[in-house]
Amino acid sequence: MSALLEVEQLQVELPTPNGPLRAVRGIDIEVERGEMLCLVGESGCGKSMTSLALMGLLPRRATRTAKRLRLDGQDLAALRDRDMAKLRGNRIAMIFQEPMTSLNPSHTLGSQLVEALHQHRNVTRAQARDRAVYLLERTGMTNAAQRLGQYPHQLSGGLRQRVMIAMALMCEPDLIIADEPTTALDVTIQAQILRMLRELQQEFGTAVLFITHDLGVVARIADRVAVMYAGQIVETAPVRTLFAQPAHPYTRGLLNCIPVRGRQQPGAHLTAIPGVVPSLLGELAGCAFANRCAHAHDACTQTPPYPEIEAGHRVRCVLAAGEPAMPTETLR
Amino acid sequence: MTTGLSPARSDTTSLDLHVPAPAWHRALRRIVGHRGLAIGAALLGVIVLAALLAPWLAPHDPYAQDLGSRLIPPVWHATGSWQHPLGTDKLGRDYLSRLLYGARVSLAIGVAAAALSGLIGTTLGVLAGYFGGRIDSAISYVLTTRLAMPVILVALALSSLLGTSLKNVILLLGFLIWDRFAVVARSVTQQLRDAEFIAAAKAVGASTPYILLRELLPNIANALIVVLTLEMAHAILLEAALSFLGLGVPPPLPSWGLMISEGKTYMFFQPWVIVIPGVALAALVLAINLVGDGLRDLNALDGRHHGGSQR
Repeated sequence: MSALLEVEQLQVELPTPNGPLRAVRGIDIEVERGEMLCLVGESGCGKSMTSLALMGLLPRRATRTAKRLRLDGQDLAALRDRDMAKLRGNRIAMIFQEPMTSLNPSHTLGSQLVEALHQHRNVTRAQARDRAVYLLERTGMTNAAQRLGQYPHQLSGGLRQRVMIAMALMCEPDLIIADEPTTALDVTIQAQILRMLRELQQEFGTAVLFITHDLGVVARIADRVAVMYAGQIVETAPVRTLFAQPAHPYTRGLLNCIPVRGRQQPGAHLTAIPGVVPSLLGELAGCAFANRCAHAHDACTQTPPYPEIEAGHRVRCVLAAGEPAMPTETLR
Repeated sequence: MTTGLSPARSDTTSLDLHVPAPAWHRALRRIVGHRGLAIGAALLGVIVLAALLAPWLAPHDPYAQDLGSRLIPPVWHATGSWQHPLGTDKLGRDYLSRLLYGARVSLAIGVAAAALSGLIGTTLGVLAGYFGGRIDSAISYVLTTRLAMPVILVALALSSLLGTSLKNVILLLGFLIWDRFAVVARSVTQQLRDAEFIAAAKAVGASTPYILLRELLPNIANALIVVLTLEMAHAILLEAALSFLGLGVPPPLPSWGLMISEGKTYMFFQPWVIVIPGVALAALVLAINLVGDGLRDLNALDGRHHGGSQR
């Protein structure tokens, strides 16, 4: 059976006064049923554009092209807007980054949750209400039935994000796209929400595409990881492999940036990757990371290969292709 | 998939929503706390009551002429009497009765014309603000065209073409004063168009009409209600002006503008014939404007209270 979500050569282009900005430059993703795939990358690398492209919610001026874009065998690229709207919320749901602004301030939680189900299912209000209460309780909200009558401004950020998660689960979607759902939350709440999301995901068998810039979050919840840089996926691997044997210099750089007690001297500067992300305007020749890479050499001006170096582990780097041998001193 | 759509959990389905303080109670306290709004609302309430109860409050038939008792001055004049507390006009019609029935005409025109223009202006403004691009350009063009037309002149021309009647005045004003609704609705919609909750609504598969009516409209309603009150006052004044010029409500309907117009030949010797409807008109417009300003202030306060969560 093919994967739930199959994406091949997805590209997103935004027109700007200085020429087209290629935010997503041909990425390939596969999400299996019931799997948690984390898409990691720094700000501006095209993570959010990828998620909006998958939802069909790109800004109107953006253009999306893809060789293959399928959900459960159904070609999303060929769908009309109206049919895509039928899938959204029903088969693919989305959780947004800002829980403070992603609920409508004019409606109660109850009516927003009930409406999410009513968009797609022919159920009575009472049934929808029951489902809302059930899911809110499953997200760890106490007094869920009473809270249905409350307005978003009466809830804390953590509670609102629980509501957003319950809303995403209302129609039992096959895939949830979570765009940095915990970034705006306190660290303590973040941990609770992540654990809850992981539990619900495993229980309901929902696939999740989890977008984040935080490798700590990735380590905690991912099954597989895709690392994104400058609109491309530079490395993809099962989570253990990625943390144990990172192969792309960028991935290693990211891992080195996580402060670890004992590795750094107290008071020493935190590690950072030198240089800045290249501009996404126009074409990038060769490897996008070459200008920041300690191992860059002549071959990096060519378009790097994307070999599978072991099962499920692909790296977009000439070094990973075999020779010359990767210097080992940068490994942890 | 482990759950059906209706998990059997009877313990959570009871509908005893416990709300700490009723929202209308807090709203009432804030209205009373705002002096201008309280005065305006009280004055408006009196006028609305007078209009509603006109058949019971009016001492005479507002249309009944009695040429034997023309231009009787009001009760506070030496020659006045309680028979006609506010006197009579040049045809001997009781002035108080005409004033009370005139409130009905003014309010009816104010409400109906503002509602019609609100419908037109809000629709155009929301469409322009939400869709932007060519739709916005087209609607903005219509809007600037409309703003280039002098309302009173166009209203005069059209009303002499179409003939004068209450219905015509309402339609005319409704189609002429929607500009402020459109401007406000457009700018507020533009601010909210990219709000995350709109994106979230799209992400649950909501259709565009649903998003406009259910997600957007309640959030711009506050701003529109303020415009509604101001346009109501505007429509009432315009009607009075049209009637004064003889192209508004046709006589013998008791319109305040018409009463001023009919009294203007007597104003040097019986000034009360224009002062009384003039004061009534000023009071009504003042009351509505006070309410409108008060609502705007409360909105601003609201924005400050939980503004952080709005944008």
